[in-house]
Amino acid sequence: MTTLPNTYAISRSSRASRIAAVAGTLVLALLIAAPWWAGRADMRLLSEMFLYLSLACLWNLLAGYAGLVSVGQQAFVGFGGYMLFALAIFAGLSPLAAIPLAGLLGAIVAVPVALLIFRLRGAYFAIGTWVIAEVFRLSFAQVSALGGGSGTSLPVAIVRAMASSRSMREATTYWLALAMAVIVLAVIYLLLRSRNGLALTAIRDSELAAQSFGIDIWRNKFVVYVLTAGLTAMTGALIFLQKLRISPDAAFSVNDWTAFVIFIVVIGGIGTLEGPIIGVIVFFLLRETLSDLGTTYLLILGVVAIAVMLKAPKGLWGTLKERTGLELFPLARRVVKKKN
Amino acid sequence: MPDALLSTRALVAHYGDFQALFGVSIDVQPEEVVAIIGANGAGKTTFMRSITGLIRNRPEMVVWKGQAIGGLRADQVAHLGIAMVPEGRQLFQSLSVEENLIIGGQMGRKGPWSLKTVQDLFPILKERRHVPATALSGGQQQMVAIGRALMANPEILLFDEISLGLAPIVIKSIYEALPAIIGEGMSAIIVEQDIAKAVSVSDRVYCLQEGRISLQGRPDELTREAISAAYFGV
Repeated sequence: MTTLPNTYAISRSSRASRIAAVAGTLVLALLIAAPWWAGRADMRLLSEMFLYLSLACLWNLLAGYAGLVSVGQQAFVGFGGYMLFALAIFAGLSPLAAIPLAGLLGAIVAVPVALLIFRLRGAYFAIGTWVIAEVFRLSFAQVSALGGGSGTSLPVAIVRAMASSRSMREATTYWLALAMAVIVLAVIYLLLRSRNGLALTAIRDSELAAQSFGIDIWRNKFVVYVLTAGLTAMTGALIFLQKLRISPDAAFSVNDWTAFVIFIVVIGGIGTLEGPIIGVIVFFLLRETLSDLGTTYLLILGVVAIAVMLKAPKGLWGTLKERTGLELFPLARRVVKKKN
Repeated sequence: MPDALLSTRALVAHYGDFQALFGVSIDVQPEEVVAIIGANGAGKTTFMRSITGLIRNRPEMVVWKGQAIGGLRADQVAHLGIAMVPEGRQLFQSLSVEENLIIGGQMGRKGPWSLKTVQDLFPILKERRHVPATALSGGQQQMVAIGRALMANPEILLFDEISLGLAPIVIKSIYEALPAIIGEGMSAIIVEQDIAKAVSVSDRVYCLQEGRISLQGRPDELTREAISAAYFGV
């Protein structure tokens, strides 16, 4: 097979991914403009979706790419939320400045946590993360300055200082949530396209072989864990900025911040970038249509999860990708004919 | 004896309570090809994993150019110039053929092997470079595994059961390519169940039996009877 050297080039994009990029830009523009076309309730719902999308993408990076199946990410959601409140109330920081700082603190606190739980493997690791999250919850419940076990609200003065009017404040928190989702997607996408991403994928496929080719598994996983913790804490700060009230039970809820998130990732397709997006849409469709049913709704969620795991273990997106080869976020490299 | 490139010194290895190796000592000289033969469960794979750091040992049990390396992690061992073609190939299934090769070369060690020279050795790997590695046939996958190890530009290449699960004709072609692979001033350890194949390409043979060396010598010194006695322990 002989080919002229410069008629082919390596590209990662495909037709589908270019269409997706254009469509994605349009959707993003539409979402940025939401404060002008959407109602208050819709914006709240959308914000919540963006924040769940962030959590799901981060958990997917952790479990689906780095193989770190954590059921304790609520530790960082709650930690981020509490840091926002603490920095705003005690240090007088504006919530906007407190959010990235909460993320930074989340990453810092993840370092000793990682040193501890990285000694555990598999199921023990998962349980270890949960235990850590419980330790966080119990610790924050002891801090009486933050309301102890019953929690606290963000002081009205701080909330008022954020924006000139209520609608402006709501638009701001909406944009922050949207920005968070975009940042998380961008960071993960860039990470996976980098050399580190190749190493992570290699580790996921075969730890043995990855090690044998000089990849430091511990360091790669550590970096992902700390990065994920920081971004999860930032997301947590935003979640509780929207709620304006925090309590240990809400902040460190394993149901809200881990079980639902795992549901989203598993339904959508673990180990794919597109999966969590599909998963969030499915999850919110189910929630918005069925939540009046009370506990039956949770039963239905469980049934859906079991059905997907049995019928499409790679999730909805994974199955679609397998059948069609579709890839919206181009990660794999492919050869294309150069246009002259 | 001149200074060995790689030696093991009374190497012992355990899996929990089970002891797999009982004081195995071997030497590999520069540019030498050593074959390690033995039946299933003789400890061959354990031996390879001990050398590559996948199983950690006491430092002095594995010696590389006079340096005790038995306590290093696998990724640290890899940086020294020890590469393995693992049993069962262990390709990265979600990466393409080319990406698998790139991972092999990610340590950036200098040497004769690059994406181009590996693809020249196995042209099929160039032709099918964007295909997921596991979509290839068994023999082609073995080429990826070998190419990936070569990309690391190792000083010694360890082959763990290269012919396992492959068609005889494929095994033949891989063994025909071996001189070209090992020719570039490299040493090699070949672990094999196929005695004839291993003996034909090696300078020296060790036979492992239940975690101990039962026989060693140059291929021309060893009789078929001695080898089968050492192999089966009868």
